[in-house]
Amino acid sequence: MSRAALLVLADGRFPAGGHAHSGGAEAAVRAGRITDAATLAEFCRGRLHTAGLVAGALAAAAALGTDPGELDAAADARTPSPALRGVARRLGRQLLRAARTTWPSPELDALAAAFPKGAHQPVVLGLAARAAGLGPADAAHCALYESVSGPATATVRLLSLDPFDATGVLARLAPELDRVADAAVEAARRAAAEGVDALPAGSAPLLEVMAEAHAAWPVRLFAS
Amino acid sequence: MHLDHPHTGPAAVSADAHRPDGTRRALRIGLGGPVGSGKTATVAALCRALREELSLAVVTNDIYTREDAEFLLREAVLPPERITAVETGACPHTAIRDDISANLEAVEDLEDAVGPLDLILVESGGDNLTATFSKGLVDAQIFVIDVAGGDDIPRKGGPGVTTADLLVVNKTDLAPYVGSDLARMAADAKAQRAELPVVLQSLRGETGVADVAAWVRERLGAWTA
Repeated sequence: MSRAALLVLADGRFPAGGHAHSGGAEAAVRAGRITDAATLAEFCRGRLHTAGLVAGALAAAAALGTDPGELDAAADARTPSPALRGVARRLGRQLLRAARTTWPSPELDALAAAFPKGAHQPVVLGLAARAAGLGPADAAHCALYESVSGPATATVRLLSLDPFDATGVLARLAPELDRVADAAVEAARRAAAEGVDALPAGSAPLLEVMAEAHAAWPVRLFAS
Repeated sequence: MHLDHPHTGPAAVSADAHRPDGTRRALRIGLGGPVGSGKTATVAALCRALREELSLAVVTNDIYTREDAEFLLREAVLPPERITAVETGACPHTAIRDDISANLEAVEDLEDAVGPLDLILVESGGDNLTATFSKGLVDAQIFVIDVAGGDDIPRKGGPGVTTADLLVVNKTDLAPYVGSDLARMAADAKAQRAELPVVLQSLRGETGVADVAAWVRERLGAWTA
């Protein structure tokens, strides 16, 4: 494994479309649930243990070589909101484009052929990590970090939150993120032996419900 | 890993001049510039001028609404299936320069859905004087400023004014009302851009978008040659 390759993949400037998405933060800000750094931290902690854990486990499983088609179906089953399923596929397609150019690999080509309109983003992320020579723990960390860094940077734009405070939120979540990543990898290893039903199915109903409402807003800064 | 395995999937490199089926893709021209300078109006005028002779489509990049796409739809400059809006997450320049993935998806989807296309116009959300398009997204770019934004903008330069393939100074009909000196704007633009072309236009005037349309035809000729 290469630590530098992990930095390339995890870099917020990796051109894979994430900058246009808030991970539910825009809807939560409008609803008055995120108002400052403390409430941002709570929102991110909630994501970490629900959507984050699921994404981390999917990414780790893909990095381990679990069949991406099965993982994509498992991701669908764990994403009740059609709006969020659409977003996950769109971001997956965008990540796949960037990854195929960055780390050319027959596995990524096969995924593009099988899912021309995009597979779920965490599945693509796991395969991209694999193509970059990274392992399941790296893939899980990337997915989990994205699940909280997206809302944090979006909140800086939405609330004019002090960017140092937002970054502090992420730093203080780091030990917890490491632990969730361990759980995600363990679940991915179990899924490799027992099938994808062993993957976690942590759900945040409010994220799903709010995503549906957000998708219908006529005026918004972020695509999701 | 089998790194020597031949790549059989769809093309991964976006700037590739050919589509996965081997045909030549559409020429992509970007239009950028400050808010309110007349990008959407120029796109609408170009569509009206070129739609009889070319198969074309438009991608808009609004900052927080779908206003630009809706304006084009309302004006019916093209059938609705030929107009796509991209959402940019409060960062219009990122979507056209640093992370072009959503725009690439939009141009490719347009070609799949309504192609073959000769030309795709990619309109940026209104931004600042440093906003330029990535060469991975467009083949040529037009930067649109207007006389009412201040006649010192060409002198100030910046990547948009200095490097765009075509600089359009729009709303020349307003110059007398806002105290802008057109001759000075043209001279400053010439000094900043050397041989690169500049068009001074008023869409309300008799020639309208004709000069820009002629430039687009020229680029298209070079693209298909």
